Amino acid sequence: MASGSKIDALGQFELHPILGSFGETLKLSQSPLFMVISAAVVLAFLYIGMKPKAVVPGRLQAAAEVSYDFIHGLAVDTIGEAGTSFFPFVFALFFFILAGNYIGLLPFSFTFTSHIVVTLAMAMAVFILCIVTSLRVQGLDFFKHFMPEGAPMALSPLLVPIEILSYISRPISLSIRLFANMVAGHVLLEVFASFTIMLAGLGVVGDVLAITPVVLNIALTALELLVGLLQAYVFAILTCIYLREAVAH
Amino acid sequence: MRLTPRFLLSAAAPLAALPGRAVAEGMPQLHFNDPYVQGQVVWGAIIFFIFYLLLSRSALPRVANVLKARDQRIKSDLDLARRAKQNADQAQHELCEARDKAFDDAHAIIQEIRDSAKKNIQQQVHETMARLNAEIQNAESRIALSRSKALSHVNEIATSTATALVEHLVGKADHQTIASAVERAHVTGDDHVA
Repeated sequence: MASGSKIDALGQFELHPILGSFGETLKLSQSPLFMVISAAVVLAFLYIGMKPKAVVPGRLQAAAEVSYDFIHGLAVDTIGEAGTSFFPFVFALFFFILAGNYIGLLPFSFTFTSHIVVTLAMAMAVFILCIVTSLRVQGLDFFKHFMPEGAPMALSPLLVPIEILSYISRPISLSIRLFANMVAGHVLLEVFASFTIMLAGLGVVGDVLAITPVVLNIALTALELLVGLLQAYVFAILTCIYLREAVAH
Repeated sequence: MRLTPRFLLSAAAPLAALPGRAVAEGMPQLHFNDPYVQGQVVWGAIIFFIFYLLLSRSALPRVANVLKARDQRIKSDLDLARRAKQNADQAQHELCEARDKAFDDAHAIIQEIRDSAKKNIQQQVHETMARLNAEIQNAESRIALSRSKALSHVNEIATSTATALVEHLVGKADHQTIASAVERAHVTGDDHVA
């Protein structure tokens, strides 16, 4: 993607139609394709892993059980008793994002979590779920939360807008956190990869120097593996925390 | 929102310090009019919903069932083991009791044998003593009989001896007189002895 002296760090985020005219009509790009691949990988992991149904699990089954226990523990510990009913949603979110982040690190693939519309849509789904749950559990008491208890009434014109603003900014921070992390990582990988190609064009000295960005990219890939897991975890645990507030009386 | 990518690229640009533009037409993610960017949301929603349904209806219950079955299996196995241990403990207890009882029984039997042996020996001793006493008495009576028999012959012998002596000395002896004299002498002699 780097041609000559230009670095096109953002070209990797462009969407192209797939499947020819069929994809063009249905507005299918590589992004939904990788969503399907991510979802399929997670489902295959669970189905193939749990196929033996062994009492003493093998490696893959143990991995599937650990992932189940991990998210189940996260949901139930954070949300409480009601966590069981939200557990599949949290599990789906975590593994959808994790698989998207990790599969996006493979060469020639695409990271759908690097698109703000995708992360914002997921954040909005969490946000709307939280509001609906709050209204169902707490009823109109939900709106009392916008006026902190014990605060003087005189401050309410100031406090209530601040509280509402902080509540509304939740999906925005949730979506931008994931989006920005993914974009930053992939831009850096692209930039360093472009350096290698550019330096390689400078002759013998350039060939030697070109090793440096490759080494850096290897380290960056390791960092991206950490970031990909961490961001999926942060998204999941923040969802759990918002849902705990929603189910609390 | 436009600040984030700009900041990232302005951070990357001095690193590169190369000619050319990093951003051509801004970030493709922010081209909200792009039908493919919009299409992502719809497709994403559909894919995520199907993914969620498959997970919550099929994949996750499968895992849950296996985990539940394992928990039950472990619990039942533990119960079984606990019961087996109880049985073993009871069996051991019974064994100990049986051993103690056998020990006591053996003691009692040994005591009985010892007592009966002692009794037998005593009886035998008694019988032997009684037999010996009887034999002693028998012997004594036989001795007394033979003694009295012997004593009854003393006079006769003395008379015949005296007769022989007298005949030798005197030439002639009156048997009657000598017999009565011996009789007398015997009686006085007996008195002397008594």
